[in-house]
Amino acid sequence: MTASKTATKALRPLDPEALRADFPILASVLHGNMPLAYLDNAATTQRPRQVIQRLVDVYEKQYANVHRGIHWLSDQSTDLYEEAREKVRAFINAHQREEIIFTHGTTEGINLVARTWGDAHVKAGDEILLSEMEHHSNIVPWQQLAARTGCLLRYIPITGEGLLDLEALPGLLGPRTRLVAVTALSNVLGTINPLEEIVRQAHAAGAVVLIDAAQSAPHLPTDVQALGADFLAFSGHKLLGPSGVGVLYGRRELLDSMPPFLGGGSMIRRVKLDGFEPADLPAKFEAGTPPIVPAIGLGTALDYLSRIGMQAIHEHERLLTERAHEVLSALGGVHFLGPSPEHKGGIVSFTVEGIHAHDVAQLLDREGIAIRAGHHCAMPLHKRLGITASARASFYFYNTPSEIDHLGAALSRAQRLMRRK
Amino acid sequence: MNEDELYQDHILDHFEDPFHRGRLAGATHAHEDDNPLCGDSVHIDLAIDDQGRIAEAWFDGDGCCISQAAASMLVQRVEGRHVDEVRGFSADDMLALFRARLTPNRQKCCLLCWKVLQAAIYSPRRP
Repeated sequence: MTASKTATKALRPLDPEALRADFPILASVLHGNMPLAYLDNAATTQRPRQVIQRLVDVYEKQYANVHRGIHWLSDQSTDLYEEAREKVRAFINAHQREEIIFTHGTTEGINLVARTWGDAHVKAGDEILLSEMEHHSNIVPWQQLAARTGCLLRYIPITGEGLLDLEALPGLLGPRTRLVAVTALSNVLGTINPLEEIVRQAHAAGAVVLIDAAQSAPHLPTDVQALGADFLAFSGHKLLGPSGVGVLYGRRELLDSMPPFLGGGSMIRRVKLDGFEPADLPAKFEAGTPPIVPAIGLGTALDYLSRIGMQAIHEHERLLTERAHEVLSALGGVHFLGPSPEHKGGIVSFTVEGIHAHDVAQLLDREGIAIRAGHHCAMPLHKRLGITASARASFYFYNTPSEIDHLGAALSRAQRLMRRK
Repeated sequence: MNEDELYQDHILDHFEDPFHRGRLAGATHAHEDDNPLCGDSVHIDLAIDDQGRIAEAWFDGDGCCISQAAASMLVQRVEGRHVDEVRGFSADDMLALFRARLTPNRQKCCLLCWKVLQAAIYSPRRP
């Protein structure tokens, strides 16, 4: 009953114009008279006034350190912080709240796993399987682990179309594969990866699976139990929350088997001069004063997203991606990175013949359009694609078809400017 | 920043129709570098005569309009000059030569060729 109700709700298209009214920054006018078209949501999203007001309210009325003070304010703060943890648990359908670790972002979450689970379980000659479409934050921590342990990194290749080459997967998984760490949604190609199949094969080979959900958690429904994910990491600032807070989900048995990460306050049960006993989950991995108010703000952001519905968000972004492909293709001289829209989330990366990506971004900026240009923290992927930089437009539920049309018109003017002859 | 100023004609002219773009056979000094952040790369070849004068200056490279137009302006500016004078050509001089005002991020594009030129001058003379 609940499922069919959810499905009905998801099929109702969302109204971006109505939702935009919650985002003060989206009413910005740049360079005198250019309305802001914010198409850099894969880098970070904007915040609704509900989240901003929540931060103000907590700081003005309910703020103190958590899990420490025997006083009213500390109790208030602690309750709100732990309430946010419960909201995260529900948002990704984790089994227990102890499986939700507040970090400072996706990067810290992946580093935490590499430093603790990796150092404890990975030996020389073991293999870590990544993919060619990973963000640097899901490559470098494993390169550092390889330098510490002598393990080997292998990469699932991508096809010419920009999909993971699943045919190569069985040959890459072996008895020495300890971990498969892949992105759920490529921050450059926009590709949505077939996680269920990857998890199934990885588990059959005895490997643990970490999912980089930085680009998927904000845009798609996430269910760690249905996925069978062992670890999953994402950031608050990419889904309406404050920067400086992120989430690491880990299956309880794994988190229990791991040594602590950073040492300090909160993560201990008791400390003596000759050693310490770590605290229970989740405090074991939350040394020091955590990002208290950002975590509370993240909880408010998740409430906001849940009211809209993650499936509705995905469907709206799919429409924007399709429109962007249509509009930009019509210009000529635009080459897309990654697959056709049905395999993508709301990310459209491209190169423009004769115009460097930074010039594309600069020329669009003067018409009020914010996109990203560069390698998007995926240098190995750009090398694989044979380019040094690309331009990336990335959408959220508050973007409109008319913003996509504006992008097309502005890019057309940029092309004319740069090809005067 | 006034964006129209950034893509003004003298910059686009250098980008589309650069001065001495290519490699110089018989270069006595050369250097190249890139900016991995954006993928801009610049190579500079110099032919410096026995009196220390830059007889010829050429550049090659790949990248954004600013990085490539700036390199064209720079080699045109220093050809015929003495290396002592070019050593005194500062980063601020380079930004002034480019004329359009740049944000700090785009100044890196403009100054890539200047860094490469200074390194080329100090590089060992090729046989």
